[in-house]
Amino acid sequence: MYGRFRIQYKGFNMADLKLNLNGLKLKNPVMTASGTFGYGLEFQDFVDLNKLGAFIVKGTTINQREGNPYPRMSETPSGMLNAVGLQNKGVDYFIENIYPLLKDINSNVIVNVSGATISDYIATAEKINDLNHIPAIELNISCPNVKEGGMAFGTNVCSAAEVVAAVRKVYNKHLMVKLSPNVTDIRAIATAVETAGADSVSLINTLMGMAVNVKTRKPVLSTVTGGLSGACVKPVALRMVWQVASVVKIPVVGLGGIMNAEDALEFLMAGANAIQIGTANFIDPTITMKVIEGINAYLDENGFTSVKEIVGIINQA
Amino acid sequence: MKKIIDFTVRDNRRLNKDMFLLTLHSEELPEMKPGQFVNVRIDNSPHTFLRRPISVHDIDMNNGLLYLLVKIAGEGTEHLSQIRVNEKLNILLPLGNGFTMPDTGKHLLIGGGVGVAPILFLAKEMNRKGLSPIVLVGCRTKEDIVLQETFGNYCRLLHTTEDGSYGETGYPTQHSVLAENFDGIYCCGPEAMMKAVARYATQKNIECEVSLENMMACGLGACLCCVTETKEGNKCVCTEGSVFNIKDLTWQI
Repeated sequence: MYGRFRIQYKGFNMADLKLNLNGLKLKNPVMTASGTFGYGLEFQDFVDLNKLGAFIVKGTTINQREGNPYPRMSETPSGMLNAVGLQNKGVDYFIENIYPLLKDINSNVIVNVSGATISDYIATAEKINDLNHIPAIELNISCPNVKEGGMAFGTNVCSAAEVVAAVRKVYNKHLMVKLSPNVTDIRAIATAVETAGADSVSLINTLMGMAVNVKTRKPVLSTVTGGLSGACVKPVALRMVWQVASVVKIPVVGLGGIMNAEDALEFLMAGANAIQIGTANFIDPTITMKVIEGINAYLDENGFTSVKEIVGIINQA
Repeated sequence: MKKIIDFTVRDNRRLNKDMFLLTLHSEELPEMKPGQFVNVRIDNSPHTFLRRPISVHDIDMNNGLLYLLVKIAGEGTEHLSQIRVNEKLNILLPLGNGFTMPDTGKHLLIGGGVGVAPILFLAKEMNRKGLSPIVLVGCRTKEDIVLQETFGNYCRLLHTTEDGSYGETGYPTQHSVLAENFDGIYCCGPEAMMKAVARYATQKNIECEVSLENMMACGLGACLCCVTETKEGNKCVCTEGSVFNIKDLTWQI
């Protein structure tokens, strides 16, 4: 009955898209996923960065990384494999050259932090902790494309907890932890990083996959395996978001194959407090703006006054 | 400024068994340089997820026309070859850096296979600047040679075919015109051909630019999938290329 009552007010009020993600204030639940949106600046012809809930700049490491050799990408049905391998110019380059260009943007600029060792993670997080206009980091313990680190931390309960606890000691702003789907039970990892001090979790990173070129009889990717993303991973991502949201108390940021507003709504209804758009940025650079508008339109048309009302709604009796 | 535009298909002309020429119209057509490319979204093709990067073959700013010369290489381009007049095509453009336009000198433009696509636009612009470019087209056989008359309007046009069915027999680097002196060479085609051209240019100490066509996803420098190794580390072919001076690449030639 309450729902019907609100429908009468349809059109009078714009739905409230604002949310508070455990202290991180977002003007809407739409973020961009690390590694798919560069430093944001690459998309300025298409997107008003100030309108995003947050954007997550590409994976940053303590030292410069050249990444993996070409070929690093293979198209798949409804998706793509990548093996970029965290190519970036290092945290000091980010601080000196990129941060000044981003600091006045009226959105949450979040830095995705990766490392090969716990001390790498700590050193990078400490440096970013000093940047006033970066309200959060996303700790990447789930990159499948670097041998020595990343996913190795995120696929083991003990090491995941260890790296999160270590970074927690030196990083005093919002600590989001990005989880790997390449595990037997993602709930166990999510619970472990929550206990270790994460403020939120984001999931899923890419699913490990591979492709073979039958003409050359060789793997397509230089690294043999890579990370699968795009529309094809959505059902898996959605299932994991639902599982994690049902066991953790901290906010959950859902991502994996979101191509439009309806996909985003599915994640919110399954329990995600906010969402990230990744690979879809490659196909339609304006997609984030369309998803924000689409979520807003859905809420208005269905009589919801706030996006918070649909989070986890599938679990309601 | 980069744009996303829905172009209207004005013409789709099949040129031979696997090449076709699209004529596309938009009032919003932006200025573009020879060597730049566009990223085309191909709808309703089940296995085509990403956009397809395609060289700008020619533009007609007065009439808002963009010409794309495309070779069918897989399901995406096969699907594109079936597009009909008046259908829409969603295109991200202009992308890439383009060739360096010289002011003076004698220049050789080499295109291999569908690599001739950006060479026409370059020859036309050089011709407009009063330069007299020489275009050398390399193909496997006579049937692969397309748009000869269009090219002929803007340059001295030469050919090689691997089977000797047209022009001189062999590869472009075996053509007799290479005995002449050049101030610059511009090249687009299969990597093996571009490396052979780069070797020749290096030996003769001639400035040489090549246009690479690595697989890419975004076209905007964000995904870092299309990188090529350069003397300054990995660079994005989509934004820091697709045109590179061969001196900047790490090719073993």
